[in-house]
Formats: sequence, structure tokens, C-alpha cells
Amino acid sequence: ERKRFYQNVSISQGEGGFEINLDHRKLKTPQAKLFAVPSEALAIAVATEWDSQRDTIKFYTMHLTTLCNTALDNPTQRNKTQLIRSAVKFLETDTVCYRVEEPPALAELQKNEWDPIVAWAEERYKVAIGSSTSFLGPNIPASTKETFVSHLASYNMWALQGIEYVVTQLKSLILSMGLIDRHITVERAVLLSRLEEEYQIQRWGNVEWAHDYDQCELRARVAAGTLFVHLCSESSTVKHKLLQD
Amino acid sequence: MAALGSPLRTLRGLLRELRHASSPAGRPYRDTPAYKHIIAAFRAHRVTSEKLCRAQQELHFQAATYLCLLRSVRQHAALHREYHGKGERSPEEVAGLVGFRLPQQPGGKG
Repeated sequence: ERKRFYQNVSISQGEGGFEINLDHRKLKTPQAKLFAVPSEALAIAVATEWDSQRDTIKFYTMHLTTLCNTALDNPTQRNKTQLIRSAVKFLETDTVCYRVEEPPALAELQKNEWDPIVAWAEERYKVAIGSSTSFLGPNIPASTKETFVSHLASYNMWALQGIEYVVTQLKSLILSMGLIDRHITVERAVLLSRLEEEYQIQRWGNVEWAHDYDQCELRARVAAGTLFVHLCSESSTVKHKLLQD
Repeated sequence: MAALGSPLRTLRGLLRELRHASSPAGRPYRDTPAYKHIIAAFRAHRVTSEKLCRAQQELHFQAATYLCLLRSVRQHAALHREYHGKGERSPEEVAGLVGFRLPQQPGGKG
């Protein structure tokens, strides 16, 4: 763990976008590229993460910084098509489509809480999704996948990194689209993603150091991812040079 | 659309989180870029209780998401400190758990 080595955090605008200054030093990515983001609001939020650090720098709390680093460095070397494919693949095992039959109370809860969001996605995107209790999961028509692939292609590379991140965290493309489309809040999305845990907590009790700990972490990551997507998609604030469509 | 509650409540929550995040030794939280940006954004869009304007709804959603981020990070860090941050006990503490004390050896151990 590194000690905080800077007094002041500030933002400046460079050729490639908005940069973060730690005292007089410019922040760099893990691969030593200049840290520059396309949105001023995003830069401010990243600066706030750095300024919130006290004696030691806790990188695992700096979710927006991490997302920006991923977008800038692209360490997994994936292109747009690969990111989209990775996100849409989750549909085959989407949490909200994968149902249990037992115990009946949980099956009922899944029906009541998840059916509406699936119905929303089907209506919003004019696709058939459905749900399944089969071991193999739901059978998603190819046309449905195509629709989502087309839709995601309209997002730029930075936003797609964010979207794929949120999908991976929530284990659900549908819940992620619900967030991106501002249909549900982060708290609701996390609750729906963790529905079975919530059911067990109701039945057996809450264990703060595990349940709340996990819930807070998931909320933080999903909130960061969602904010990242929205801030990277706003055409008014975005510097297009960086976004490499 | 997402159930966001009152924009004023979101704003208050955000400002409270910013206050928590700022250190007593550093700049006052009202002086930070984040504070100024949020206040300016709310003022510019005049986020009120009306549900009509799409830009307002977008801003409110963004603000609520950011609030969730700040709050969750703070709560997670607090839980971490409380339950996971303490590390191992020292030999003195372990001995003390069962009522023993470590022996004193003049000149230190071997």
C-alpha cells in the first residue's frame, strides 16, 4: 500500500482531454500513459477519489480511476466487437432469467421481482427473452441477441468498457440495460442481482461483516460503472478524439 | 422510470458525503471542484419535483448514482476497518486472551 504522496489534487484540460494533477505531477495510467478523460465531470469525480485518500492510497476503493485506467490501457486488448460479444453472452445465463423451482418461496420471489424487469426489457427492445427453470438456462433467440448487439454498437469504446464491467458485476445484461436506460436505480439493480442472498438473509438473518460488506462493494462497483457509462456517453461533454470508435 | 425520490434529498445526501470525504486538514469541502460542479449543475437545471424534463431526470439519476457510489465506498471502508482491517493479534494479546502474560527475560530472548 502506497502512502499519500501529494498535497493537492487538481484538474487541467490538455489536448487529449481532462487530466489529473497530483501536486505538480500529472497522473499516469499503470502502463505509463498520460491519464486523460473525455468528460470534465468524470475528471472531477476521479480527482475526488484521489483527494479522499488519507494516509495510504486504497486503490481498491477508487473504482472510477480503475475504470478510466482500463479504458486508456485496454489491458485485455479487446476491441468493440469483443466487448459487445462478451456482454451479450451473459444473456444466455442472465441472472433474472435463470429460475429455481425450489424452495417455492424463492421461486415466487423471483417471479414477482424478476418478471417485471424481463417484461420491461422485452417491451423496450421489442425482443423475446423469457425465463427458464432448466439446467441449461433460457433459450435466447438469435434475433434477440442481434438486437442487443446492434444497440450496444451505438456506444463508444469507453462506454462499452463500462457496460461490460457492469454486466460482469451484476451477472445480468438485462439488469445492466435497466441501469443504462435509467429504468432502475443502482440499489434496486444490486438487490435484484442478489435476490437469492436477500431471500436467505430474510430467512436466516443478516451477517454484517459478510452480507453488508458484499452488498456495499457491489453497489460501489455498479454505481461507478453506471456513472462511467453515462459520463462517457454524453455528447455535450465528451471529447471525441479520445473515444476511438 | 427509476424511483429516485426527492432531488433535494439527493443533493443533501451528496453534500453530506462530500463533507465526509474531505479531510479536516485539507481544503474546506465547499472549495472542492466536486462541490462546485454539483451545485452548479443543480442550479443550472433547476432540479425540482417536476417529473417533466428529461434533462432534469438524467441529472437526478446521475446525482443519485454518484451518491450511491460515495456512500457505498464509505460504508464498505468502514466495514472493512471494523471487521477485516485489524490483522493478527500480537503474542501479548493472544496470551492475554487466556489470562497469561508472556515471561520477562532480562537481556531479551535467546
